[in-house]
Amino acid sequence: MTRLIGYNALWVALATAVFGLVAIPLGVRRGRGGLIQASYAATFAMFWLTTAAVFAMIFGLVTHDFSIGYVAQVGSRATPLFYTIISLWGALEGSILFWAWVLTLLSALVVFWNRDREGALIPYTTMTMLAVSFFFFILLVGPANPFTLVSPTPLDGPGPNPLLQNHILMGVHPPLLYLGYVGMTVPFAFAIGAMASGEVEKDDWIKLSRRWTLGAWGFLSAAIIAGMWWSYEVLGWGGYWAWDPVENASFMPWLTATAFLHSVMVQERRGMLRLWNLNLIVSTFALTILGTFLTRSGVLSSVHAFGEGPIGAYFLVAIGITLIVSFAGVAGNSDALKSTGRLDGVASRETVFLLNNLLFTAFTFTVLIGTLFPIIAEAARGVKVSVGEPFFNKMTLPICASLLFLMGVGPALPWKRATKEDLKRQMIPPAVGAVIAAIVSIGFGARDVYAVLTFAFAAFALVANVREYASGVRARMRLRSETAVTALGKLVGANRRRYGGYVAHMGMVCVAVAIAASSTFRSEHEATLTKGASMPVGRFQVRLNQVYGREEVQRSRIAANVSIMQGGEEIGRLDPAMNFYPTSETPIPTPAVRSRPWGDIYVNLMAFKPDGSSATLKVIVEPLVPWIWFGGGIVCLGAIISMSTMPGRRRAPVWSAASVAAEGMTTPPLPTGATGLLATTSLEGAD
Amino acid sequence: MSSNVEGRRRAAVLVATVIVLGAFGYLLYGGLDKNVVFFLTPQELLAKGTAVYDVPVRLGGMVTPGSVKWDADKLDLRFQVSDGTQTVEVRSKGAPPQMFRDGMGVVCEGKFRSNGTFESTNLMIKHSEEYRAPKPGETPQQMYKTLMKDMRS
Repeated sequence: MTRLIGYNALWVALATAVFGLVAIPLGVRRGRGGLIQASYAATFAMFWLTTAAVFAMIFGLVTHDFSIGYVAQVGSRATPLFYTIISLWGALEGSILFWAWVLTLLSALVVFWNRDREGALIPYTTMTMLAVSFFFFILLVGPANPFTLVSPTPLDGPGPNPLLQNHILMGVHPPLLYLGYVGMTVPFAFAIGAMASGEVEKDDWIKLSRRWTLGAWGFLSAAIIAGMWWSYEVLGWGGYWAWDPVENASFMPWLTATAFLHSVMVQERRGMLRLWNLNLIVSTFALTILGTFLTRSGVLSSVHAFGEGPIGAYFLVAIGITLIVSFAGVAGNSDALKSTGRLDGVASRETVFLLNNLLFTAFTFTVLIGTLFPIIAEAARGVKVSVGEPFFNKMTLPICASLLFLMGVGPALPWKRATKEDLKRQMIPPAVGAVIAAIVSIGFGARDVYAVLTFAFAAFALVANVREYASGVRARMRLRSETAVTALGKLVGANRRRYGGYVAHMGMVCVAVAIAASSTFRSEHEATLTKGASMPVGRFQVRLNQVYGREEVQRSRIAANVSIMQGGEEIGRLDPAMNFYPTSETPIPTPAVRSRPWGDIYVNLMAFKPDGSSATLKVIVEPLVPWIWFGGGIVCLGAIISMSTMPGRRRAPVWSAASVAAEGMTTPPLPTGATGLLATTSLEGAD
Repeated sequence: MSSNVEGRRRAAVLVATVIVLGAFGYLLYGGLDKNVVFFLTPQELLAKGTAVYDVPVRLGGMVTPGSVKWDADKLDLRFQVSDGTQTVEVRSKGAPPQMFRDGMGVVCEGKFRSNGTFESTNLMIKHSEEYRAPKPGETPQQMYKTLMKDMRS
């Protein structure tokens, strides 16, 4: 029953998407507003239908309805409720279903907030969203159908992949990533909509999609950081980034989106880079699809690759269509995409943005080539190769250092043209900061040239961005005799986009410094300890107290209790463990981490004697690691501040009650229902 | 502004673009050329002979059952990797990864030495995402039970 409800909901949702895809072009061409309104209604219906399918799946998971293919694949009676619910995105079919749900939610929101706008921009934007949704529904009723029938019904299932049920971050990282990844569809849809409607000359699509881009970018940033954190907490190697293809897959659209967020300001301010910006946003979307192809098609093996299937071909076709449609659109609009402004001076903010974009593009290409090279080499020459960390580090560290430097230069330079005095006044204080940071880091023992450069440029960027705040606050305090706190609040409030951007810069500085410090000043030691023995790591000693086992509902656990000692005194205890899941032949490492502002002590249980008399431990002391997560939070805060400007405020008259609600952002009924969804998974509620 | 100046400016931009792209392409090519690591099976590794001595490669295969010797105190791990036809001795420093077992697929990153031993610096487990029921023999559950029993006594 549940299975049929879910499956049929998906078919009907597919039909609504098809209806919209036919009705919108007809409605626009023939000027029939009724058809457009009907497609908007279809978009809402599509969302509610997908919601029903997701509900059916969650209900099936929670009630252990093993006649549903997906439940039989990832469910088990022993799995705790939380992990049962989040296994919705724990394997291929469910993750595509969840993806489709997020996509239809965003489509509905785009329509809801813009439905009163005149012109063909919004209809064509909606049509693009529907086309992408259509693609995902095709996957869902075809190769990635989560509602297949299993007969005879099994009594129990294997449960989710053990790696995915070993940490709570599994409940956080995937939804964030989907919101970021899928969110990039919205600015892409606006870009296509602008080209299709011929409204690309007016920069309206940029203004309308700005907050969507920022939001998607914020979610993607948060997702990448959460993924790093998950890898650090779960995989047991004490690192957080390995240039793994799946990491690259999430990182590439982030790079192009970051470039877009910057270059779009050049378009708004100076009327340049129109064509470039369209290409950037198309690339961002194409890279999200490419990323999904890489992680979901089985061409790569990783924790994200859910086995092989025909689904890869579908994604390749989708990428092809995206690129053809986009470039046809760009070619058809080439007259409208000419720059209306030009570069006035070499030393100007525009120049810095141009350099920023060059570097981000080079960065993206490097990661793309490094990620795809093994696949290309195998297809072309039949050799299996891998592109290791050395390639990525060697190529990208100079780019990262340059970007950090530009992050300090850009905010300090005026638009159009900077005078010599400007340069002197603005560049000397950050430069002094950079020199001090370089000296201090060398004093602490940093010898790697990129580490020292990172510390120096991070200080440079930090001083420059803080000075932007300081000078603004000082000016307000002087002119309007406000207190420092009010001045700061009003300064940010008056130009949230700009000052939110600076907040994000400071978050990035924090992340950069923490990454450089944790890899430069890391100390690691591995040894087999008998009970009561200890080993030195950095300025600490680690003593093994006990090896013990514990039976839990869904797994067994073998752990070591260790004491962290400093100067002969115990400062804390940790319990690194191995978790044994019934479905996995091998244990899942479960490292224990002690986090303090100065850094982490990371202990991993590598092996143990079956009699419990000794254990092999790997201990890593990594300074400043918590600041990576904290800095990631600051970056997201910056995105939130930036997008909190209400575009409606400057819009002229308010026509209807509905648009009043949308403009004032007083919790419209649609998103409330949508966000409450995952929380209300009680059995009665879903029936 | 005269069209001559405009043209010269355009030419300058074009030349700069070509130079930047060229330099970047060269860097990418050089970076790839030096940092591509070949993935070889024991048979391929032995067939290449001296050509792969002391070059970083990845060796993939199955851990020969019964070949694993681990000295916990010295953190010295030795085992054989086989592809069914050929076998290579592997030596690794450090503890085996938690998921390391006899008969499982591994990828060893390291260098093949002239003494015929592969010195691995990084052991990666090829863990299949397909779920399989634990095989009879030493299952985690049995291992776990042994531990519990031994600790109680």
